[in-house]
Amino acid sequence: MDPVAFITGPMAYGFMQRGLVAAVLVGILCAVMGTFVVLKGLAFIGDAVSHATFPGLVIAYMLGLPLYLGGAIAAVAVSLAIGVVSRRGRLRFDTAVGILFAGSFAFGIALFSTIKNYVADLLGYLLGNVLGISLGDLVQIAILGAIVLAVVLVLRKELLFSTFDPLGAAASGLPVAGLEYLLLALLGVTIVVSIQAVGIIMVVAMLVTPPATAQLIVVRFGRMVALAALLAAISAVVGLYASFYLNLASGASIVLVETILFVIVLLLGPRTGLLARASRRAEVAA
Amino acid sequence: MNEAATARTTVGLPAREIERADRPSVSFDRVSAGYDSRIALSEVSLDVGPGSLLAVIGPNGAGKSTLLKLVAGLLRPFAGRITVLGGAPGSAGRAIAYLPQAEAVDWEFPVTVGEVVMMGRYARLGFGREPGPVDRERVRAALDAVGMSDAVGRQIGALSGGQRRRVFLARALAGDPELYLLDEPVTGVDARTQEDLMDVLEAEARAGKTVIATTHDLICAAQRFHEAALLNGRLVAQGPANLVLDQRLLAETYGGHVLVLPGDEGRLILDDAHHHDDQPGAERHFHEERR
Repeated sequence: MDPVAFITGPMAYGFMQRGLVAAVLVGILCAVMGTFVVLKGLAFIGDAVSHATFPGLVIAYMLGLPLYLGGAIAAVAVSLAIGVVSRRGRLRFDTAVGILFAGSFAFGIALFSTIKNYVADLLGYLLGNVLGISLGDLVQIAILGAIVLAVVLVLRKELLFSTFDPLGAAASGLPVAGLEYLLLALLGVTIVVSIQAVGIIMVVAMLVTPPATAQLIVVRFGRMVALAALLAAISAVVGLYASFYLNLASGASIVLVETILFVIVLLLGPRTGLLARASRRAEVAA
Repeated sequence: MNEAATARTTVGLPAREIERADRPSVSFDRVSAGYDSRIALSEVSLDVGPGSLLAVIGPNGAGKSTLLKLVAGLLRPFAGRITVLGGAPGSAGRAIAYLPQAEAVDWEFPVTVGEVVMMGRYARLGFGREPGPVDRERVRAALDAVGMSDAVGRQIGALSGGQRRRVFLARALAGDPELYLLDEPVTGVDARTQEDLMDVLEAEARAGKTVIATTHDLICAAQRFHEAALLNGRLVAQGPANLVLDQRLLAETYGGHVLVLPGDEGRLILDDAHHHDDQPGAERHFHEERR
C-alpha cells in the first residue's frame, strides 16, 4: 500500500480527524496529570473517581442535564466521601476508596438498567468512543484541558515540591493541603474530560501508563512530564490508525499501544531494562 | 499539677545562655499533642534560644518527631501555647527549614540533586516566579558547603544514604532559614558524613541560627551538640548536653533500659531493642557512651 495513502486515507473522514485531535489532547492532558498520579501513588483514586462519574452521568441523562455536569458532580462527591470515610471511619485509605468506588459504580449500573431503551451514549462513556466526538465536545475538551494545563504550568514549582516532600514543603510555608485539593480537583476535571474519549474503565491507563514508562527512562521531573506527553500523543495516533485499519475499539487500541510501549521500555530501557541489568551483572561478574 | 511542674528537671544554665535566651526562637508552654486520640507529648514546656544547637533525645515513640512537627506548624497541639520566631507555628514558613526522616522520602522520585536543593528557595520565590541568578548562586554555595557540588545533575536516588542527607542539608541551607528542624539528620550515615554535617550545623548555630535535631545517637549528642532535651512523652530534662546526658536522667528517659556496666570508664549502654516498633526488627542496635 502507498505509504502516503496509508497516512492520509483515514483523515478523509471527519470523525477520524476529530477523533485524532481529541485522542491526542486527552492523551497529553492525562499524561501531565498522570505524572502526579504516579508520583503520589494516586492510581487507585484516579480509577475510583472515574468509576464514580457513572451514576452522575446516568442521573444527568435521566434528568436531561449536560452529562459532563453530572459526571463532575459525582466525581467531586465521591472524592469528598473518600476523605470523610477514611478520616472518620478508622479505615485504611485504600479500603475506603474500594468501598465507595464499587458502591457508586454499582449505583450507576443499577440506575442504568432501569432505563428502558438501549442507551448508546452512556455505553460510550463506559468503554469510550473517541470516534463519536462532536466538534462541540472537542472544543470543550480543548478549553478545559488548556485550563488544567495552565494551572499546572503556573504552579509547577509548588506542585513539584509538595509532591516530592510534603512535610518539607509545608514547613517552608507552602499551602500543601490546598495544593493537594487543587490537584485532586484538576484530576477530577481531567477524568471527566477524558472519559468520553477512552471510557471510564480505561482512563486510569491513560493516567498511569505513559508517566510510568517515562519514569523508567528519565530522571528529571520536567522531562518525565514532557516524555509522558509525547508517548501519550504517539500512542493516540498509532492507536487510532490501528483501530481504523484493524477494526479495533478505539479507546482499547490506544491503551494497548501505551501498554506495549511500557513493556518494551521495561524490557529494553536504559535505566531499569532487564537487558541493561543483565549486562551490568555480566560486567560485575567479569 | 504539681507533677507537671516537677516533670522538667532544670539543669543549671550558665549565665551566658540565659542571657542569650532573651527572646527564644522556640517556646513551648505546657504543650500537649498527638495523633487522633493518642497523646505523644504531654505538658511540655521548653525554650530554645537563637544560636542553640539542641539534640532532642528519647526512645522511639517519645514524641521527638511530634515536637519537630509542632514547631514546623505541621501539627496542632491539643493544649498549650507554642511560639516560633515570635509568632504562631506555621506563620514563619520561609524562615524554617525542615528535614524529614530518610524513610519519609520517595528516593525513586525523578529529581536531580540540583533540583532538590533549589526547592529550598521555592518558598522565598513565591508563586509563579522562576529561580534567578541569586537562587542559583545560593544553591551552588549550599552544595559546596556540604561537599556535593559534583553531584548536581545526578538523580537523588542514585546517591548513598550519607550523600542524600548532605543534599537535604544543602536544601535547608539554600533557604537561608533562621530555624533548622532536622528529623534524625545523622541516622544511618557514616562517621565522616556525620562529622561534616555537624560542622555545618555548628557553624550555622554560631552564626545565630537555631538548630533543633532529633537523634538516637547519644555519642554524637554528647560530643557535638551544645544542648540536649530528653523526651519520653514528657520533657525529662533540658540543658547543656554534657550535664543532661547523665546516667540517672537517661535511665528515666529510657524507662530503666539503660545498663550501666561497671568498669574504669563506667560505660553506659542503652538498649533500644525493647521498644515495640511498627516494623519488627527495625531498631536492633545498641548505643554506647563512654562516661
